[in-house]
Amino acid sequence: MSLLSTQGLSAFYGDFQALFGIDVSVEEGETIAIIGANGAGKSTFLRAVAGALATRPEMVEYDGQPIGQRTPHELVRLGIAMVPEGRRLFPSLTVEENLALGGYCSRPGPWSLERVYALFPALKELRNLPAPSLSGGQQQMAAIGRALMCNPRLLLCDELSLGLAPVVIQNIYDCLGAITAEGTTVIIVEQDINRAIEASSRFYCFQEGRIGLTATKEGFDREAITAAYFGL
Amino acid sequence: MSQVQVERGTRASRIFSVAAIAVLLGLVALPWWGGPGDMRLVAEMSYYLALAMLWNLLAGYAGLVSVGQQAFVGLGAYAFFYLTSALGVHVYGAMALAGPFAGIISIPVAFAVFRLRGHYFAIGTWVVAEIFSLGASLIEELGAGSGMSLTPAIVHQVSANRDGRETIEYWMSLGICAVIFAVVYVILRSRQGLALTAIRDSEPASGSLGVNVFRTKLFIYVATATCTGMVGSLIFLQKLRLSPEAGFSVNDWTVVVIFMVVVGGIGTIEGPIIGMLIYILLRELFSDFGSLYLILMGVIAVAIMLKAPGGVWGLISARYDLHLFPVSRRLMRGDTAVTPDQSENSRNLNSRPTKHTVQ
Amino acid sequence: MEWINILVQGCLLGGLYGLFAIGLSLSFGIMRLVNIAHGDLIVLSAYVALIVVEFTGLDPISGLLVILPTMFLFGYALQRGLLNFTLEGGLLPPLLVTFGISVIIQNGLLLGFGAYTHRLKLGAIETQSIVFPGDMAVGVFPLITFGVAVLSIGGLQLLFYKTTLGRAFRAVSDDADTAELLGINKRHLFALAMAIAMAFTALAAVLFAIRTNFDPGAGPIRLILAFEAVIIGGLGNMWGTLVGGIVLGIAQAVGAALSPTWQILAGHLAFIVILIIRPSGLFPRTRD
Repeated sequence: MSLLSTQGLSAFYGDFQALFGIDVSVEEGETIAIIGANGAGKSTFLRAVAGALATRPEMVEYDGQPIGQRTPHELVRLGIAMVPEGRRLFPSLTVEENLALGGYCSRPGPWSLERVYALFPALKELRNLPAPSLSGGQQQMAAIGRALMCNPRLLLCDELSLGLAPVVIQNIYDCLGAITAEGTTVIIVEQDINRAIEASSRFYCFQEGRIGLTATKEGFDREAITAAYFGL
Repeated sequence: MSQVQVERGTRASRIFSVAAIAVLLGLVALPWWGGPGDMRLVAEMSYYLALAMLWNLLAGYAGLVSVGQQAFVGLGAYAFFYLTSALGVHVYGAMALAGPFAGIISIPVAFAVFRLRGHYFAIGTWVVAEIFSLGASLIEELGAGSGMSLTPAIVHQVSANRDGRETIEYWMSLGICAVIFAVVYVILRSRQGLALTAIRDSEPASGSLGVNVFRTKLFIYVATATCTGMVGSLIFLQKLRLSPEAGFSVNDWTVVVIFMVVVGGIGTIEGPIIGMLIYILLRELFSDFGSLYLILMGVIAVAIMLKAPGGVWGLISARYDLHLFPVSRRLMRGDTAVTPDQSENSRNLNSRPTKHTVQ
Repeated sequence: MEWINILVQGCLLGGLYGLFAIGLSLSFGIMRLVNIAHGDLIVLSAYVALIVVEFTGLDPISGLLVILPTMFLFGYALQRGLLNFTLEGGLLPPLLVTFGISVIIQNGLLLGFGAYTHRLKLGAIETQSIVFPGDMAVGVFPLITFGVAVLSIGGLQLLFYKTTLGRAFRAVSDDADTAELLGINKRHLFALAMAIAMAFTALAAVLFAIRTNFDPGAGPIRLILAFEAVIIGGLGNMWGTLVGGIVLGIAQAVGAALSPTWQILAGHLAFIVILIIRPSGLFPRTRD
């Protein structure tokens, strides 16, 4: 049984429909990626899974349970955590306070402040600084660390590479290995196709709220992806 | 592809205009078929409607939610009383000057309170009203705490006999209400009105498009203050007595007005009319119950705000797609609208949560 | 020495105003909710205190043991049951709903208690004073009130900056939706914030009601005083609010020294002057 599976997932912002019947499934321990152009619905998908966007209960199934109607904070308790697009660290809090906040729901698991600092040593020196004073890459690491502190079974990463330099992005993706080594299931949303495919075992390509293409890391056709990406 | 045109009227609004004119004529003729009590009631309805339309323009369209408009009611009233009593100005002259007086005072007030935003702006306007109220109670020439009365001599300037006076003051009430209605309607149909809607929907966006946000807001604030002052002088001409508590009463001139606009439908032209009628109806039915009745009003206002933010008119117009006073422009191709009818103006005030289309 | 007396009286008065303002600050700081009914909630708390004192025979201060938890629960219910639903709709719903609540409370109290004034009785301490060198008499009770204000704000600062819950409050205040994504139940936290605000409001109410007569209509002016303290001090800064209250108190004391009827007006004028020269207040936090 998949850890997460969506069935005919449709989502709306007011009157505007952003997702049209998405079927995605993820097995426990897998890392999958969702790629697509701007406006394709990738972030909307993550938000629907995380509970930030209400859907019908049966449209999203997690660990065999329908969760479409649940609120985000309930889902954190069940083991779903999100690294939101744009980092969204809390500006009034220091780095360490941000990280500690991830531990608010006290889920048991391997991640703690020490282990997060071990994974991101740079953060340790910056721990008492206010969050906004960090660079983009450091903020991204802090955002990931904060989500890890929830000890999730399913980690949702929304546009990790947004606005970051390639070297920094590489750094961050290198850390993903340590995360998946714990058995955490990861869904990555990315605009950078190469990164996404490299980091995942399977990927879906979204286009205007629908799945244009799905393939595995090994067997895919570059041209087909480009076509699906841009809707050609 | 057939021609697309910009159109304003709707069939309903045309039917309605005819009905409205009939009603208006009937009201003008009231002195002949009704008694003094009826005239007083309709006069009261008129000036409340005027105040409600003005508050609606300010808060519902310009987004300036003021809880201090009573300041201008009182300022207009005090200007009127002082001009007639202390300076011997003729009643009509004093009434003509009362509005502009309030308008002029509103300019420095605006500069102070515009520094505040949102809810803080609201309370700030209330503080300003309190300042005027306290100030009036301390000035001897204005009768200090006990206030002023209009002498019979002044009152007779309107008309020597009581019936004549009541009739004239009644027509003045209708007239001023009609004038203010026209003013509000013209503003809303003008480019200023379009600018208002833009500002209300998004200040930064409209600013970046060249709408001079500050000047537009200032204009609306001063215009409503002026008109409110004029209504204030009319109200207290009829009441004959003025005191700081009465002139600057937040309960009489703000709480009731806000109730009318909110229950009727904020941000629509039809709303204040419906709201005023509902208020008067409830008052005639229940005011004997004193505080209970006021609690009922409070509960109704809270319920409307939570369940039907567009007010009673919002419910009606959504259900039947009705627009009696067309202000917005619609694209027509032949006989049918091109775009699905835009959601009621009032909806935008309680805007959908800003979950922008994040992708 | 006359001036020092004015300063001291004003300062102590400011302590009460600072206390009034805590509830308003909290609800705005955490929920972005400006509670127009705040003043009426102070008065409501005073009436609750009246009932508690009548029923239990306790003095008002001991009565706090009952009053504070009661108003705490009331605040939680009010936020969770009603005010939480106003938060999504933009500017108007919270403003108009709290306005409606204000009307309901005032008239409810009128219905229940009539238009008479009341006061809570504490005994001799109400009017006792300590005489300082220089022949200056300072009321014991105002001193206590000021002390309570300082302790309250200090305690809240501790809560916000040294505890997990405080951290959660600050996070929710920054970005409630992201906080939800980390397991924080924002509806519950908002309600808790209002509960705490209500407890401090009740505390302020009891202290106020011991020294001052109150009636059902006493709410609006209290709201205005609290609001002025917050604006003068600067949004987002609780110690600043205390200073704002002190400035307000001193302005009023100066006005009262000129003539008793000028007291409130002097405070309003000081508020307007500061609003014009320093619109963001004396100690603003850049974040709003």
